[in-house]
Amino acid sequence: MDAKKITLDGLWDNNPALVQLLGLCPLLAVTGSVVNAIGLGLASTIVLLGSNLTISAFRQFVPTSVRLPIFVMIIASFVTAIELLMQAFTYELYQILGIFIPLIVTNCAIMGRADAFASKNPVPASLLDGLMMGVGFTAVLVVLGAMREALGSGTLFADMQLLFGASAESWKIVLVDDYPGFLFAVLPPGAFVGMGLLIALKNIIDDRLNARRQAATPDTPKTTERVRVTG
Amino acid sequence: MALIRSSSPHLHKVNSTGDVMRTVLLATLPGLAAMTFFFGWGTLINVIWASLLAVGFEAAIMKLRNRPVSFYLKDYSAVVTAVLLALALPPFAAWWVTLVGVFVAIVVAKHLYGGLGQNPFNPAMVAYALLLISFPVEMTRWTAPFVLVDAESSWSVLSLGDTLAMIFGGLDASMIDTYTGATPLDALRHRGGLTTEEAWRQVPVLADGIGAWHAVSAAYVMGGVFLLYRKVFTWHTPVAMLGSLAVLSTLFFAVEPDYFPDPFFHLTVGGTMLGAFFIATDPVTAATSNKGKIYYGIGIGLLIFVIRTWGGYPDAVAFAVLLMNLTAPFIDQYTQPRTYGHAKANRGMKGDA
Repeated sequence: MDAKKITLDGLWDNNPALVQLLGLCPLLAVTGSVVNAIGLGLASTIVLLGSNLTISAFRQFVPTSVRLPIFVMIIASFVTAIELLMQAFTYELYQILGIFIPLIVTNCAIMGRADAFASKNPVPASLLDGLMMGVGFTAVLVVLGAMREALGSGTLFADMQLLFGASAESWKIVLVDDYPGFLFAVLPPGAFVGMGLLIALKNIIDDRLNARRQAATPDTPKTTERVRVTG
Repeated sequence: MALIRSSSPHLHKVNSTGDVMRTVLLATLPGLAAMTFFFGWGTLINVIWASLLAVGFEAAIMKLRNRPVSFYLKDYSAVVTAVLLALALPPFAAWWVTLVGVFVAIVVAKHLYGGLGQNPFNPAMVAYALLLISFPVEMTRWTAPFVLVDAESSWSVLSLGDTLAMIFGGLDASMIDTYTGATPLDALRHRGGLTTEEAWRQVPVLADGIGAWHAVSAAYVMGGVFLLYRKVFTWHTPVAMLGSLAVLSTLFFAVEPDYFPDPFFHLTVGGTMLGAFFIATDPVTAATSNKGKIYYGIGIGLLIFVIRTWGGYPDAVAFAVLLMNLTAPFIDQYTQPRTYGHAKANRGMKGDA
């Protein structure tokens, strides 16, 4: 098990939101604020951990031809459990996230990891993969949520008490007093634009890193010069 | 095709982008003058402020993109975008509304897509739609024409100094109410249970103030005719757009005159004329062939009527233009003219029957 590669894949190189572009529906729909983003991110991560663990453990017994329905059943049972837990402990957040909690079942990022990784790898590697993919997904959710909350309503970490109890109420940071509100950032178009900017940013960073790496090792040219045969 | 016979030298002046853009700017002057006359200094201030911002943003982004700055500034396209946006904004729009709008128009809608000629959507209308969605309060607070502010005095617009203070902050918002009011489209939409005819008699902006909108529209038509005469664009788009809007509103007005406004109203209020001659004719985002332009114009006219009548917003030019911008590549694909020497036009996707 190559723990370093799995970790890097989940967090950066093969990030479910920025590279695989999976699970975009909840990602774009609920990232209007940081608290929503963290709530959905945590729920998805826990489901991902549970489904990866279970699917990896049962991978020898699942016939290939019917694996997808079985994966869906496993994921759905975890989502149901999470939904009931959120209903019990964070009821207001559960109401805000609404349909997007049950919709975690159809989140392609989870299905994708189940099929591409957990069904082919042993339990410890699958668990790590689930955790790292979940954290990578959550990180993008939170960054996008922070961008949209700051632009849209001029605050950060508002309503954190919905997730972390009454003491978290004071975490709210008001960036601009009397902010008129920028509805565009809160509405879905703002999510698309923000997501596009994040992906662009990641690609820029990757390009810079590659350029630096190639500059560090200049004596191994990958492309061979074509011999010029005409003119 | 007429053959033009003339003696040599066959010199022909090619219109550069800068020439065309300067002609368009010239053509907006009657509209700008009419807006300033009827609604006060706000539009003029907004036009200047937006142009400054546009030049600044254009220069900055050209610098970032490692392109020659002054070469692209000289084509005036950024200024045209800014002026069209400023003409569409409410005259008392605050400075930051214009700032956000110009940023979105120049940086997001134009340069993120690759700059002039690459943008699929009309930058000014992208910015207008974004502002309308984001700041509904600021964007629907339209200025009342001066005849409604004070019937006694002759030209009672807010003074230049006060307008500056209003736009750049520092003036109490309560002062604004005397000088603002609903637009005719707003008034007719939120008329309670009145029939169209009752609304025309009772609502002040329709009974007494409508002349201002008629005059502004007439000024835009003048600019548009000038551009037609200078061959900046062909007649197809504006005529198709105004024609379809007129036909559709006539049909509905004929069936139920109590509920639907008359076609003349549709043609002369809101952004219809500005849209027909200055927005829909944008060569970058419109359909290309003459036949295509007709379909494109008809689509805009239809959408304007549909959104105005049944949609959520009182005016619809921005949304209609943006939606038809989306269809322009498709229209182009199916309206390619026959090339000389070929029996049949090369239309549609490759592989179509």
